[in-house]
Amino acid sequence: MSGVSQTRIALRNCGVIDPESINDYIATDGYDALAKAIFTLTPDDVVDIVKKSGLRGRGGAGFPTGIKWETAKKSQSDVKYVLCNADEGDPGAFMDRSVLEGDPHSVLEAMALCGYAIGASQGIIYVRAEYPLAVKRLQIAIDQATDLGLLGENILGSSFSFSLRLYFGAGAFVCGEETSLMNSVQGGRGEPRIKPPFPAVAGLWNKPTNINNVETYANIAPIIRNGWEWFRKFGTEKSPGTKVFALAGKVNNVGLVEVPMGTPLRSIIEGIGGGIRNGRRYKAVQTGGPSGGCIPAEHLDTPIDYESLISLGSMMGSGGMIVMDEDDCMVNIAKFYLTFTAEESCGKCTPCRIGNKRLLEILDRITEGEGTDNDLEELDILGNIIKDTALCGLGQSSPNPAISTLRFFRDEYTAHVKDKRCPAGSCKKLIGFKILADKCTGCTVCARNCPANCISGSIKKVHVIDQEKCIKCGACLEKCRFKAIVRG
Amino acid sequence: MAQETAEQRASYPEIDKFYDSLPDKNGALIPVLHKAQEAYGFLSQDVQLYVAHKLGIPASKVYGVATFYSLFNLEKKGSYRVNVCLGTACFVRGSENILNEFEKELGVERSATTKDGLFTIGSIRCVGACGLAPVVMVNDKVYGRVAPEDVKGIVDEYLGKGGE
Repeated sequence: MSGVSQTRIALRNCGVIDPESINDYIATDGYDALAKAIFTLTPDDVVDIVKKSGLRGRGGAGFPTGIKWETAKKSQSDVKYVLCNADEGDPGAFMDRSVLEGDPHSVLEAMALCGYAIGASQGIIYVRAEYPLAVKRLQIAIDQATDLGLLGENILGSSFSFSLRLYFGAGAFVCGEETSLMNSVQGGRGEPRIKPPFPAVAGLWNKPTNINNVETYANIAPIIRNGWEWFRKFGTEKSPGTKVFALAGKVNNVGLVEVPMGTPLRSIIEGIGGGIRNGRRYKAVQTGGPSGGCIPAEHLDTPIDYESLISLGSMMGSGGMIVMDEDDCMVNIAKFYLTFTAEESCGKCTPCRIGNKRLLEILDRITEGEGTDNDLEELDILGNIIKDTALCGLGQSSPNPAISTLRFFRDEYTAHVKDKRCPAGSCKKLIGFKILADKCTGCTVCARNCPANCISGSIKKVHVIDQEKCIKCGACLEKCRFKAIVRG
Repeated sequence: MAQETAEQRASYPEIDKFYDSLPDKNGALIPVLHKAQEAYGFLSQDVQLYVAHKLGIPASKVYGVATFYSLFNLEKKGSYRVNVCLGTACFVRGSENILNEFEKELGVERSATTKDGLFTIGSIRCVGACGLAPVVMVNDKVYGRVAPEDVKGIVDEYLGKGGE
């Protein structure tokens, strides 16, 4: 699977330029697009180029960016805002962090372009306080751009003014949802509200607001500079351009990859990712973080775009891609995500606050070996009710990990419920270890390494595990050199 | 919450200085709480009351915001905050075992502080260092590819230093 190539648009400068030097950015055509727009394009032209490029929001749902800009432009108001969602909260995703730390000016330039297009003179970057280096580099970038007259009053001597400031999040996953984020910027609890009105009509302080995520903005300057036709050469008809994925988990090569939309999952995992670590077998790839699902081997040749991932019960999300192998229990993974969403639910709407809690309880029961057939049915029904009735994107997608694993890995659920067995050997209540008498040499290594002191036996005699005291840590299995200890 | 006294009101100069310097007072609550926590370590009841008074908003609103966001602490934390990443990439590479190991090594449960006030054990959700999974942070220092047997060494590194 060699020869899988990456195409870097959003990450074009990451690792190439010094992110703390504006001159480096300018030397790679930085702020060219802004100058071009201010002096040769009307705001309508800019919106038109973004619209025709077909760029879709890289933060999750894939809403067309040009339509957002057009709506914000058409909204009449004395004050408008440009917001950047840099609150990358998906566990297992670090694309935005990389852009912010490696190429902060690309975000600044795009926000200024957006300000020019929609008629806004103020921008705010909502950035995670957990990313101190990103915060530092953004501030340096803003100061440098302001010093050079690329931000602030009368940019490049024109009549266009645009200023930027940072706002720090305080650790709430739901703030990745745009209306929550705006409530947070207003100093309140980050709770979402019903849309419409959309932020482009009534957003921050009730003023028209354009909000995009970091990676979306990182695509803007090259599009304005090179034209929409250029951008459409990459990717697919419905999902043009590239997408950055954070490849992690059980693959040999972990890290960020940027590939054209439409690239098959297999090329990323087996080609760029170099396959599964330690010679284990691939089981699933999880995309879309807590809002996404797990995709099994039979769908590895699916080309990645917004629609195909949704048809597999997952979603693009922000681009997390966690690869799992045969040792990962799919029920436990679903429980892991539900634990996360149940904790991060803001509590405003009932389906999310109570529904996810109930889903988690069901998954808890199943992994503890107390699940019933009825639980599997309930999981599916309740999950779909939550999806249909929750207020915001968090709740509407939170059952996806459970629903998708139930769809593709039902046999694992059944093994937990019917046979009280965890095929991956990861649910502690459902596994055990035993020593094979014919293989045990009585070397005592297992007994010495057992943290619970529950293995007895003397030198050169067969050892025995006290199942009552065993904490099922697996230390004995790892240490035994004679393959005398097995699960079961 | 108790009625604040004039003395309490005058005892948080950092909050005064920060708030008074803000050009735009709209949406100031979260930045002020960040500042207060940085200056005073955690958001005590007194600090919250003081912020409410300073911003002219109900104390219930301050409490509502302080409890909504996970970065705000309402209790004093240890000098060394051990945070094990429980993000997905770290989770599938066994960070749960590392968290258990820290609990065992320090003799306290997660989100609790050791009796000597040195360590608080906690978990975080992804610091975006998934390439280094599993990751542990002690205050601002990041430890990558941590194995359970590394835990004792990490703890010892700080035991020698004493408190802050």
